[in-house]
Amino acid sequence: MNFYITYFLIAIGLFVFVAVFTLFGVYAERKLSAFIQDRLGPTEVGKYGLLQTVADIIKLIQKELIIPASADKMLFLMAPLIIFVAVYLGFAALPWAPGLVPAKINIGLYYILAIISIETLGILMAGWGSNNKYSILGAMRSAAQIISYEIPAGFALISVVMIAQSLDLQTISLQQGVLSHEKTKFLGFWDVSATGGILSWNIFRAPHLIIAFIVYFIASLAESNRAPFDIPEAESELVAGFHTEFTGLQFALVFLAEYAMMFLVSMVAVILFLGAWNTPLPNIGIVRLADWTTGTAWGILWIGAKTLGLIAVQMWIRWTLPRLRVDQLMNLCWKVLTPLAFVCMLISGVWRLWLM
Amino acid sequence: MIIKAINGFTTALKGLSLTFKHLVSGNSKRQVSHISDNNYFKQLEGTTNTIQYPHQQLPVPEVGRYQLDVEIDDCIVCDLCAKICPVDCITIDSIKATEAIGQTSDGTTKRIYAAKFDIDMAKCMYCGLCTIVCPTECIVMTNQYDRSFFELKDLTYEFADMPADVAAEKRRLLENQLAERQAAKLAALNKKEGSA
Repeated sequence: MNFYITYFLIAIGLFVFVAVFTLFGVYAERKLSAFIQDRLGPTEVGKYGLLQTVADIIKLIQKELIIPASADKMLFLMAPLIIFVAVYLGFAALPWAPGLVPAKINIGLYYILAIISIETLGILMAGWGSNNKYSILGAMRSAAQIISYEIPAGFALISVVMIAQSLDLQTISLQQGVLSHEKTKFLGFWDVSATGGILSWNIFRAPHLIIAFIVYFIASLAESNRAPFDIPEAESELVAGFHTEFTGLQFALVFLAEYAMMFLVSMVAVILFLGAWNTPLPNIGIVRLADWTTGTAWGILWIGAKTLGLIAVQMWIRWTLPRLRVDQLMNLCWKVLTPLAFVCMLISGVWRLWLM
Repeated sequence: MIIKAINGFTTALKGLSLTFKHLVSGNSKRQVSHISDNNYFKQLEGTTNTIQYPHQQLPVPEVGRYQLDVEIDDCIVCDLCAKICPVDCITIDSIKATEAIGQTSDGTTKRIYAAKFDIDMAKCMYCGLCTIVCPTECIVMTNQYDRSFFELKDLTYEFADMPADVAAEKRRLLENQLAERQAAKLAALNKKEGSA
């Protein structure tokens, strides 16, 4: 009986985390974009405008739920829930620290890839259910984009899995630091099992994974419908794409899903490429920096900092690069990223056989 | 293909470095200075440009064409402003006084009461002609530009400070005086005719 309570507590905890992250993620994005454009961003509500997004969500909660007259009610009402739940479930398998993971699944990575694909379904439902030409256009674009970009992203991830020989995210994390049970080699020749730190991260264990990381990062931008790949919600042509018709809480849920998705894909990137919850500080002689900065609290700190750093890069890219055209988008995916990901996978196989 | 990809990356990096420069360059609040300041345009570089409006305001020239204001104590109710107004936004209702009622600050004698002196700012086109023709310079344009109202009728500014009953009393006095004069005139005429 007790473990049910634990399950509920963990689920609620994750939800609260996602909600709080979204609130302050939106605030951070608004501030970041403002500073990039030499503006000030929100300044009025609370100190430095910190409570602006809290005020926004209170406004959204008060709003009436409007269902368009010609909408498919069932699909329309279900869509935001499915979009959010698909992303939210992905959080279950993400490790936060040594031994701290909501659900220890030995096919964690596979599970995450599978469960966040359901988001596409929700987006299609939202687009179709709204019975609005902009929504359906946005939804079709989104589905095409997400499905296309899952291929390079998937292969980039597989090239890591081939190096790590595991789909368990906790095992993959463990390998990239001082707690590793097996030999870790920096660039394939220097044994850094005892040194740890940044040297034993996956991108340095096998340097071709840097390319895999970039491929995955670009693909993850597309999967979370972020600029420069935001044609599904291109404001200048489609109003807001698939979530044009949503108001109030439903709109909030779609927004929540977008920011949760940003966090999820960044965290997956951190876990697979950037050393998960491992410290970036190596052991140097008797200065055991890596040993000192490894632990549960440190793990949460490191993985949080790395993930938030990646999210900041996502935002930075969003406010720099213009939107891609749909043919450019598909060109990039099929002609550049997919072959690159394949090459990475090939090198991973060779690397595993000859150098590890 | 590869050259294209590399090109794409270098240009993206260029853009990213540009935005990063803006991100880390001064993000402090804008210092508000007058446009005539030599530093005006230079200080806009490398920091935020937003004017935090209600908290910060750009200084405006004192003689700008903004809201009209009337110093009713200085007004001799000559009606010139109402006559020159191209859009007829000034309505004046005047009552002649029975005697001189005082002096304006520049020494002109006032002989007319203003029972009504309304300026409809919704009609006003801010040409400033009324301020030019005013002989006592009692109608001026202030540097107040931030005014808004919920009701259209609030845009009609009323400057006359004479209560309705006082105005009625003055009107009665004027009528009495006119009637007296009329009677005096009539009496004089009769006398003239009688003597003739």
